[in-house]
Amino acid sequence: MKIIHCPINGPRPLQEFYFGGQFRPLADPAGESMSDSDWADYVFNRDGAPGVQKEWWYHTPSGTWFIAERDIVSDSFVRTYLFEGSEEGNHA
Amino acid sequence: MPDRLPFREGEWIDRTQPVAFRFEGKSYEGFFGDSLSSALWSAGTRVLGRSFKYHRARGVYSMTGYDVNCLVEDGHRTNLRGDTLSIVPDLDVRSVNTLGGVDRDRLKIIDRFGAFMPVGFYYKAFHTPRRLFSAYENQMRKIAGLGKINPDATPVATPKDYAFCDLLVVGGGPSGLAAAIAAAETGLEVLLVDEQPHLGGSLLTQHAHSEEASKKCSGLVAKAESLANLQVRLGTQVAGHYADQWVALVDQQRLTKLRTRSTLFATGCVEQPAVFQNNDLPGVMLGSAAQRLIYLYRVPPCQQAVILTANQDGYRLALDFVEAGITVVAVVDLRHDGEQSGLDREVAAAGVEIFRGHTVYEALAGSQGTKVNAAILCPLDGEGKPDRMGHLRLACDGIMMSVGWAPNAGVAYQAGVRFTNDESLNQLVPGHIPEGIFAAGRVAGLFELQDQLTSGERAGLQAAAYLGSYEGEIPTAPDHQGAAPSHPYPIFAHKGKKNFVDLDEDLHLVDFKNAHQEGYDNIELLKRYSTVGMGPTQGKLSNTNAVRILAHLNGASINETGTTVSRPFHHPVSLANLAGRRFHPHRQTPLEAIHRANHAEMMHAGAWFRPEYYHSENSSREDCILQEARQVRHSVGVIDVSTLGKLQITGPDAARFLEQIYTGRFTDQPVGRLRYAVGCDELGVIIEDGVVARVAEDHFYVTATSSGAAAFYRDLQRWAMLWHLDVQLVNATGHLAAVNVAGPQSRMVLEKLTDFPLSQEDFRYLDVHRAKVAGVEALLMRIGFVGELGFEIHMPVSSAVHVWNALMKAGAAQGIRPFGVEAQRLLRLEKGHLIVGQDTDALTHPYEVGLDWAVKQEKPFFVGSRSLKILRKQPMERTLVGLMLSKPEGVEECHLILAGDSMIGRITSVAHRTTLGQPLALAFLEPDRAAVGTEVTICGSGGKRISARVVPLPFYDPDGLRQKLKD
Repeated sequence: MKIIHCPINGPRPLQEFYFGGQFRPLADPAGESMSDSDWADYVFNRDGAPGVQKEWWYHTPSGTWFIAERDIVSDSFVRTYLFEGSEEGNHA
Repeated sequence: MPDRLPFREGEWIDRTQPVAFRFEGKSYEGFFGDSLSSALWSAGTRVLGRSFKYHRARGVYSMTGYDVNCLVEDGHRTNLRGDTLSIVPDLDVRSVNTLGGVDRDRLKIIDRFGAFMPVGFYYKAFHTPRRLFSAYENQMRKIAGLGKINPDATPVATPKDYAFCDLLVVGGGPSGLAAAIAAAETGLEVLLVDEQPHLGGSLLTQHAHSEEASKKCSGLVAKAESLANLQVRLGTQVAGHYADQWVALVDQQRLTKLRTRSTLFATGCVEQPAVFQNNDLPGVMLGSAAQRLIYLYRVPPCQQAVILTANQDGYRLALDFVEAGITVVAVVDLRHDGEQSGLDREVAAAGVEIFRGHTVYEALAGSQGTKVNAAILCPLDGEGKPDRMGHLRLACDGIMMSVGWAPNAGVAYQAGVRFTNDESLNQLVPGHIPEGIFAAGRVAGLFELQDQLTSGERAGLQAAAYLGSYEGEIPTAPDHQGAAPSHPYPIFAHKGKKNFVDLDEDLHLVDFKNAHQEGYDNIELLKRYSTVGMGPTQGKLSNTNAVRILAHLNGASINETGTTVSRPFHHPVSLANLAGRRFHPHRQTPLEAIHRANHAEMMHAGAWFRPEYYHSENSSREDCILQEARQVRHSVGVIDVSTLGKLQITGPDAARFLEQIYTGRFTDQPVGRLRYAVGCDELGVIIEDGVVARVAEDHFYVTATSSGAAAFYRDLQRWAMLWHLDVQLVNATGHLAAVNVAGPQSRMVLEKLTDFPLSQEDFRYLDVHRAKVAGVEALLMRIGFVGELGFEIHMPVSSAVHVWNALMKAGAAQGIRPFGVEAQRLLRLEKGHLIVGQDTDALTHPYEVGLDWAVKQEKPFFVGSRSLKILRKQPMERTLVGLMLSKPEGVEECHLILAGDSMIGRITSVAHRTTLGQPLALAFLEPDRAAVGTEVTICGSGGKRISARVVPLPFYDPDGLRQKLKD
């Protein structure tokens, strides 16, 4: 059973967490500048390429969203940190 | 009379405590400390079990519990392994899988037909006709099988236990002990586990002849026991090693869920058999099994032994026999150049004949066919093939095999260790070892005692360094010197086809050749086709030879051939250890006790426990639900809606935030008013609906669906963060209770409890006000929850019981009564209100369910807006409609709507009995067949066709006059 390091609460067991999907910032979150097919690609397709990917995770008991960098080949967490809007690209 | 060797220091049996037990209905006597196998062998019993497929007689083989020759059941438990089953007074066991007892077993006749049962026999022979398969299967299960489960067995409580440590050391032999001690001395919390009942491992058997080793052993054990931070658990198996060093330990009583920071494998090796004709006869056993019998139980393995060997261990074994006073007829060495260590001279000096470059070609059975009485020897040619011309017959009652070793690597594989073949050892050794995992001793290819101790100490200190408790020097890694302890190919063909490779599954050498010929030339395929390694021992005694055979057939190396990895569990774990109470939390509203006092039938609704309906005397479930619904339509009812999600959204950007979350508008919502709200995800799929109350300019109070609230709140938190809006979110679901008073007389009831004016002018439809109800500060909303005049009262949880009781009292004259979830669903269905998740699915967007009016695309942005713009342009594939059914039965949710043979829709909700007197349903239909008045056909229960007609929604009170009263 995996242990995940919540940036606020430290190492906690997997059951306390919810996986929020891949972290995929958009330059234009409303998608108005995107073509229909680009938008469809964004909502339907995910990049499953092996390697380290950024993901959303949520620590349920404390209600904490954070970003995790996880190697999806070895299923190991590289690092976790709180979302800081400016670094990650703004939303809306 | 039981046969025992004289007392020797270190034996596991206690001769002062005889133990009487029964096997196959006969009485036996052994000693405390005996296992079933050792006690039976000492009593001269040679047939301990029957094999899985051919029902061949089987005896002691490994004495470790790794083989399944001796599987027994006691009426409560089954598939117990005789090698590790301690005898206790009143133990009464039978062999599994026999017809008429282990001695006579009438199914042994199958052995004669073995030639007609090639590999894949069952797959091929019983494949067709398909309809007979269950009959075949039934017979096969009787013939080929293991123990039977007794459904009347007394359940045994199996507690679960949690444990934590810094370092888990698996294996209590010399390297494990050295490692555990070295690590514990640096201050770590160390847990040392061993599956045997005593510490010592190979020190107790293979090294037992040496007084020095025995001293070393007691010294290490004493040291281990003296360290307070070194815990020892014996009789404990590591059943599985999971992510982030989470380990399942299983012992006789319990399952322990262990979290360790690192794991050190000192699991040793498992001796591997040679493959020759009749290599499964009772009396043929592994050399290490013989040593276990001699040193642990003081039971002579036989009287006249032939030792087949290819390493120093066989010569050591010969000397052990000589010392025990057992005749060694011959040492048969597969190697042409024999033993180089000098041990051969000691063996020869003891008068034992040594045959170099020979093999045991065949074991011969006595007249009963149940034990060895001779060995046929053949010289080996240059290619290692037996030369039958030179064969030689030696009378004996035991053939011991010491031809090599395989790492006991099952759990290490689970921990991510990958093994590669070391050609100087002819053994797999750890190649890739993940961080936080360590290996020492024989499992890492070290066989000399001093090397085992050094490698243990080294691995223990490496673990300590990894965990930060040690910074000093680490001894250099020892290296194996001398001849390989394992023979590369101790496998000999024989036309008799009883040269077994896998004793679990009765697979012999030709099965592999046939499977290979049929194209199964990959180890993973071969394994699954032939079932090698898939029996209860999981290949501990067969995989090594199977890989060698396949490599040989492919003309490839061991590394090219590869190995199969091992998954949990390492040994079978009884279901009792896995079963148990599950932690299944459910939420209760503050009114739970009242519901129960009112005879509510409770149901699970997401995480909540809610009243489904309230029992009333002499009424069926359906009658109760209908009565509750009619009460609401005609008079007044009250329902506990505390399960609704209740979110407080405050801050200067609150209105804008809600506009981006929901499809509707909220910036122009007046204070004191309510709005229905629909929420979508980025796909434009409906995920949530609720009511938004504007309590103040910068304060909204939002209700969300009972089951979706937690996930919705989670989403809101993320959006608030992403959008950088000045908004605060509080999930008040658990802090607040809510009840809905509904029905034409609801105002009359509520007026008795509040001073707040409730008249049509003062409290309009969709108004929200703070008001005192029965003296309690509450938020009062007028909503058409079930399509009648109604008020929802939101209040602190602590006041819920008081307010509920006050309502019941105030409404007594109107006959007020509570209604449950089913009546609520019925009432809402009549109003055409959809339930998100029931009438919508993972692709439903607002346009499909008539919520176009709720989608305000003129806003700059909301979640799902981009997708909805695209969907708006596309032709609709389905639309939600109301159906009036022709019959009040036979239609259920998810039934299909057909046009001819093709599906044109499906039922999403159905109510057979309604307050309107007509059976009603909601359904998705293709838009061009959804016009009001269209007749459709439903494929109902049992395939019966039931007709229905599309009718306008809502079914009840289309203009909403009953909830609004007037506009």
